[in-house]
Order: sequence, then C-alpha cells, then structure tokens
Amino acid sequence: MSAIVLEGVSKRFADHAASDQIDLVIPDGKFTVLVGPSGCGKTTLLRLIAGLEDVDEGRLLIDGVDMAHTAPVARGLAMVFQSYALYPHMSVRGNLGFALMVKGTPKAEIAQRVERVAKMLDLDKLLDRKPAALSGGQRQRVAIGRALVREPKAFLFDEPLSNLDASLRTQMRFEIRRLQQELGITAVYVTHDQGEAMTMADNIVVLRAGRIEQVGAPLEVYRRPVNRFVAGFIGSPQMNFLNGRHAERYGAATIGIRPEHLAVAAGGALPCVVRTIEHLGSEALIHAELGGGGKLIARVSENLQVAVGQDIAFNADPECVHRFGADGNVIP
Amino acid sequence: MSTSTISTGNGRTYLRLQARILMAPAILLLVVCAILPLLPTIYYSLIDYRLLASTSHDFVGATNYARLITDPGFLPAIGNTLLLNGLVLTISVLVGLGMAMLIDRVIVGRGLLRLLVIAPFFVMPPVAALIWKNLLMQPVAGLFAWVSSVFGAGAVDWFSALPLVSISLIVAWQWVPFACLVLLTSLQSFDREQREAAELDGASSWAIFRYLTLPHLARPIAIVVMIETIFLLSLFAEIYVTTGGGRTTNNLAFLIYSQVMLQYDIGVASAAGVVAVIFANILALVMVRLVGRSLEA
Amino acid sequence: MQRTRLSSAARRTLTWVLALAIAAPLLWALLASFKSELEAIASPPSFLVFDWTLENYRSVLANGDYLHSLRNSLIIAGGSSLLVMALAVPAAWAMAFAPTRHTRGILLWMLSTKMLPAVGVLIPIFLFYRDWGLLDTQLGVILLLTAGNLPIAVWMLYANFNEVPGEILEAARMDGASIVQEVLRVLAPMALPGLASSFFLIFTLAWNESFWSLNLTTTDAAPLTAFVAAFSNPEGLFWAKLSAASMLSIAPVLVIGWLCQRQLVRGLTFGAVK
Repeated sequence: MSAIVLEGVSKRFADHAASDQIDLVIPDGKFTVLVGPSGCGKTTLLRLIAGLEDVDEGRLLIDGVDMAHTAPVARGLAMVFQSYALYPHMSVRGNLGFALMVKGTPKAEIAQRVERVAKMLDLDKLLDRKPAALSGGQRQRVAIGRALVREPKAFLFDEPLSNLDASLRTQMRFEIRRLQQELGITAVYVTHDQGEAMTMADNIVVLRAGRIEQVGAPLEVYRRPVNRFVAGFIGSPQMNFLNGRHAERYGAATIGIRPEHLAVAAGGALPCVVRTIEHLGSEALIHAELGGGGKLIARVSENLQVAVGQDIAFNADPECVHRFGADGNVIP
Repeated sequence: MSTSTISTGNGRTYLRLQARILMAPAILLLVVCAILPLLPTIYYSLIDYRLLASTSHDFVGATNYARLITDPGFLPAIGNTLLLNGLVLTISVLVGLGMAMLIDRVIVGRGLLRLLVIAPFFVMPPVAALIWKNLLMQPVAGLFAWVSSVFGAGAVDWFSALPLVSISLIVAWQWVPFACLVLLTSLQSFDREQREAAELDGASSWAIFRYLTLPHLARPIAIVVMIETIFLLSLFAEIYVTTGGGRTTNNLAFLIYSQVMLQYDIGVASAAGVVAVIFANILALVMVRLVGRSLEA
Repeated sequence: MQRTRLSSAARRTLTWVLALAIAAPLLWALLASFKSELEAIASPPSFLVFDWTLENYRSVLANGDYLHSLRNSLIIAGGSSLLVMALAVPAAWAMAFAPTRHTRGILLWMLSTKMLPAVGVLIPIFLFYRDWGLLDTQLGVILLLTAGNLPIAVWMLYANFNEVPGEILEAARMDGASIVQEVLRVLAPMALPGLASSFFLIFTLAWNESFWSLNLTTTDAAPLTAFVAAFSNPEGLFWAKLSAASMLSIAPVLVIGWLCQRQLVRGLTFGAVK
C-alpha cells in the first residue's frame, strides 16, 4: 500500500481556483476523508488524484513517484463513483472483470479473482445479472467490487453513499469501513456529510473554497478546531456562536460553545427564553433565544421539565469555550 | 466542466485538433451543398440570364426583381404560399392536438393507435397526393363522393373547385402524425400532480386546459409550427402531381420551378429564389413569435 | 385534462374512430390494391366483399420500370444514409466528447442550413449538375440528400452520445481502457440503439424525399418517387395497380417508421422535445 503526497497542487477552472496550493499527505493504509460544503473542491481534489482532471501546478507523488501527468490507469488507483457508473450492457461478472480483461489477464485468473471478490461482497449469487436488475445497495457493492478486483494501491470514493436511503447508508458506512480495515488499503473518501466523515475517518481533511482548513483525527478536529469555519462545520447540531459582550468577557471577537457544553443553571450567565424543544428520546435539544439577541441550542436530559416560552438560563463550561479572533482563527 | 471528455492524458490541445478533423468533412459538405450555391443564386438574380435567348449575361441590377414582382403570377404565388402554410398548420396542429389529448388518456391499444396515426407521415408525397386525388377526391368514383352520397349531398369536385384547399388537405394529412407525436410526447411529460392539484383547487377542465395544459404545450406547438413552416416552403411534389401548378396552386417553390423549367428564365427564377429564402426566415420568425405570444397570454 | 362530459367509453370510441379516419386513406388504398381494376372504380365502392386478387402486385413487380426505380431508391436512400452516418458520427462524437467554445455555434449553424428552402439553391445546383453531367445520376441525388439529412443526423447522434453518462466512460478509463477499448467495449454498445434508429430515420427521410429526386432525375436515376409521380394522369383503369405500386413503395418505410417513432420526434424537433 502506498502513501499519496500532494505538494502545491493547484487546479483552475475558467473563473475560479478549484484547488489552491494544496499540500497534503494521505497516510498509508488509513481512511482519509475529504469533507466540506459544496463547491469546496473536494471532488476536484479526488479527481486530480485519480487522474481524471489535469493538474495545473504542483506535484502528486504516489509511492514517491510524481504522477501528476500520468494517465489514470498507470497510477494504480481505483475509484468508486457517486452514480456507481456500472457498465449497463455487461453482467456483474463482466463489470467486475472488465479492468482485468482490458489488461489482457488470462481468463482463468479473471474468473478466480472475480469469484473471490464476489464472495467477499455477497455478490456471488448475482454474477449473471445486469445492473438494471440490481437494487441500489447491490449496485454499490458491485462498484466497490470492481475497484477491489484490481487490487489497487488506494481506493478513491466519490460520495458513494449519497444515492442510498438513510438506513442503507448507515449500514454501508460500516461495511466500507470494515472492508478497508480488513484489507488495510489506503482510502480517500469524499463526502459533504460531516457526520459521515466523523464516523468513518482515521484522518479528516476539511476543505473550503479550494483550500485546506484543517487536517487531523476526527476527535482532534472536533475538540480543537483551528478556526470558526471548521468549528461551525464539524458537529451536529452546530456549535453556538456568540459575539458582542459575551465574547468580550472571554477576550475574543467571537466565542463558540458546543450544545453539550451548556449546563442549565438558575441565574446562569446566559439568560434565555425557550422557543422550541426537540425530543430525541435519548436527549432533548432546546432552541432558546438569548436575552439581548442571539440564539442558542443546548443538549439537555429528557428528564428536565421545561416548556416553551419559559425562562431558562445556561452556564458554559469554561474549559470548553472556543475563542476566535476577528480573523476567524482560534485564540489558543 | 465536462465530465464526458475523452482524455488522451496529455493535454487538451491535441484533443481540440482531433475534434476539428472529425467535424471537418461534415461541415465541408454542408458549406458546399447548402451555403455556396446561395452565392450564384444571388449573382444570377442580378444579371440577365435566359436559357433560350442568347443574351450576354449583363448586369441588370434589380430588373429581375422588378419583373418578378410585376409578374402576374407572383403575388398569387406568395398568397398561395401563405394560404397553404396557414391551412396546413391550422389543420395539422388542431387535429394533432386533439388526437394527442385523446390518445394520452387511452391505455389499452395505444401502440396500435399510434401506428394508425403515424402512418401518413411515412407515405411518399407523390403517393399520398395520388391516393387522395384519385381514390378519395375523385368526384365520380372516389371514396369521398360515395360518403357524401350516403348523406344525400352531392360530390365535391375537389380539384376543380378548391384546388388549393385540396392540396392543403393532403399536406395537412401528412403532417398530422408529426404534430400529434410531438404534442403527445410533451403531454406525457406533463406533470400529473400539477393537474391533480388544480382539480383539488376546484378548477374546471376547461380552466385546466387553458391555464395549465396549453402553456405547457406552447413550446412544442411553436416548434411544430416552425418546422412545418420550413418544410412547407419547399412544398413541391403534391402540386406537381396533382395540378401541375397554375395560378391557383402555385406556391413560391413551384413558381421558381416553372420559371426555370418552363420559361428558362434563370435570372428571374433566381430572384424568386432569393425572395424565397428571405421569406422563409421572416415567416418562420413571425410564426414562432405569434404562436408563442398568443399561447402565453 | 379531464373531460367529465364524455364518458370514458365514448372517449375511447371517438379516439379509435378518429385514428381510423386518419389512417383511412392508406387502408382504402390497401384494399384497392387487392381489387380488380373494375372493382376499384366501382360505385358504390365495395369494402371487404370482393374478389381479392394478387394480380396487381404481380404485374407491378413484373414491371421493369418499377424494378428499376426500386433499385434506384434503394441505392439512393441507402447510399446517402451511409454517407450521412459516415460524416455525422465523427462530427457528433467530436462535439459530444471534445466540446470547444465553438461547438454550440457549429451545431446551430448546421441546423440553420436545414432551414434553407431547397428551392433557393435549385438553380445553381441544376445548372452545375447539367454542366458537369451529374443530372439524372444516382450520385448527384445522393450528394444533395446527404447534405439535407446531415444536420438532423448530427443533432440526433449528438443528443444520443450526450446521454451516455460521462462517469461510465471515466470508469472505463480508470479501469485502464485505451481510447479504442473505451469506444468499442463501452461506448458503442451503449449508443447502438441510438445509432440504429438514427440510421433508419435518415433512410426513411431519404426514401421519401421528393424535391431533389423529382427535379434532378428523369429516367436513369429515377427513384420510386419519380416512378409514382409519373402516374399523375391516370385513367381509371390504373387505380388498382397504382394502389399496389403505392403499397409496395411505402410498406418498408412504414414499418421502419413505426419502430423508430421516438427517434423521429427527437430528430425532427432537434431534441427540443423529449
């Protein structure tokens, strides 16, 4: 397996930079997730790594060799597309074996490898079906299988789960992660869903407008976001942000407090009025309006007796208040 | 960004060159056959060029155009072209729309229905004209004569009394399938839920038709009108086969044909050709504007 | 649209009656082709009860002129259709897969040539053909029919190629297919239905074309359109045979047309109506 290193990689489209001086190390054997809002350049970055887009500037090293201008197949990477991109006129067997057939691999070997992958992904009974006769989840597995058969240096995933329904999505997240860990293959995974990123990644890369905002382990990025954008992007429900006198008290332009770090306290520093209560069963989310303007979301126990319109006050856990300067960067 | 480009792996300039080479033959043929001949037409329209009289091809400026416009057959030809166009369009669109709406509601046997309705479009124009003229409209032994005798009415001598109308009927018959198919396709893409929401709101079927269906069909109708107009301007075979031209049934295309083939006056015929091209463009534009505006009102 | 006034049975009847009325001329000619000449002009006309005969078909098929025209039609329609495909496929390919800033403009320009009334260029072409011996030749007609149908073919193929999802071609590229393999093993099978129906539509249009084929041919290259047009002054005695000849001329194309009706709509409306 191999490490992928990007040095100063840039890509411009007609009117904007989709990728701007990206320096990134994709660690060997780990699951790296590229996450960010739409238009942040995460898919472009993936396609640059794959070779489906040309790099304008910079180097792209795979196993130490600069492949920035090599054709996709020579890079030894495999990609799972968002729409699965299965060949509609070929059976599952044909789809799985296509790459090997194109290379000229002997038929016996193709059959053997296809069988093995099919078994691994529970596709062995579906080998003679065409993609049109498969369910969404099955097609997804064929797409993964197609990549697996090639025994690539790394897997590239382009939002593969966005076309599935919610329950299937959670199941497939687990499956993909398990597969990757078992095989120990390097994986680069693109998603816009920060929850997906948090649950799957060894390593998160947060992108915005073509630039990397932060790289780190999920918990690291969650607990120590380097700027306001990352703090607001990662974590659901979103972190609470306060300006004005609340922030000044902490010596910052803006402060951020996660909903779980707000404690109900009579006479607390943040007096509010309850506007909506979301009951999740395991906990409740209180949406409150701060006296003097501003909104807060707090995570509270279901046992708490509160009603809409009631006055309530919160205290923030001082250890967990994030302070941001006027430029948006965190004040350590 | 196009996701369907075939990458050669080494730059886009090579690709652009390939693209140009691939398109070149097609473009070349079109330029040679469709665009280049326009130049001589314009040139001939400005000189004295008659095949019988052995004149030197003097430049005569607008004389041909003047002779054309003052030719007693010219205005009738224009009038006939417009009339033909109007009649065919009206009949084909109305019948096509009606059939489309009827077929849209039928589920059983839709395939056969479509086959029946489509058939006229694939008939060769000369064949269509002859079938209509001889088997249907012939005042003595044609089918129409028999039908009207069943109703106690006299037979209509179509081609003597109403030659232009007769030709219009024949041509409209050939274009009904096209109008019907286009409108049917468009109807089938019409959002059922919109219709249901309107019904729930208490709209009458006429209101639904007028305020929902018709605007949705505005664009396909405009397209049908435009395309038919374009093809109709070169209408030829039906006239050739039925009446052989003449004052009452000449359209612009036939006028040109008769000028060239029968009077051998290339100069005037070319002038008519230029007029036809300009006319075509104006007509198409006007038609589309008219239809578009009236349907969206 | 709901017509609450007409019961659905009445509506269905109306639909079928109208559809039959539209097809009636053809059905009538079909019937006539099986009648004897006397029967064909009988009044009142007989509908299904008469002496069915194949004599008309036999005599048409034995007619040398008919066979000659049939051969010409096949060569002209077939030849121009093949030529159209040979030119249109690469062009549509280039436009769909290697688009440039000019692609859209070129496409629209091609369509605009179709909007040129053929009559506008009749004279120079007629004179040119006369001077260069192309009058009354199959090649002459083929060239013009090709130019006439090329824009339609390019547009239809372009729309077809565009519908091939780009990601599938990219997947093939990631799988290591060379351009040739990508085309032959992935693109072609997926685009085949579109290619086939485009060809058939073009063939049909060429078969039925009656402007150039009437004006530029007399005897040698006269296709079926000219053959039938020569019947324009028949006496009553020829009706049954005319019907048989007509049926023979239009049957193949009718079948093809029914098979390709969806492509027909797309092609003629230049993809504007789906």
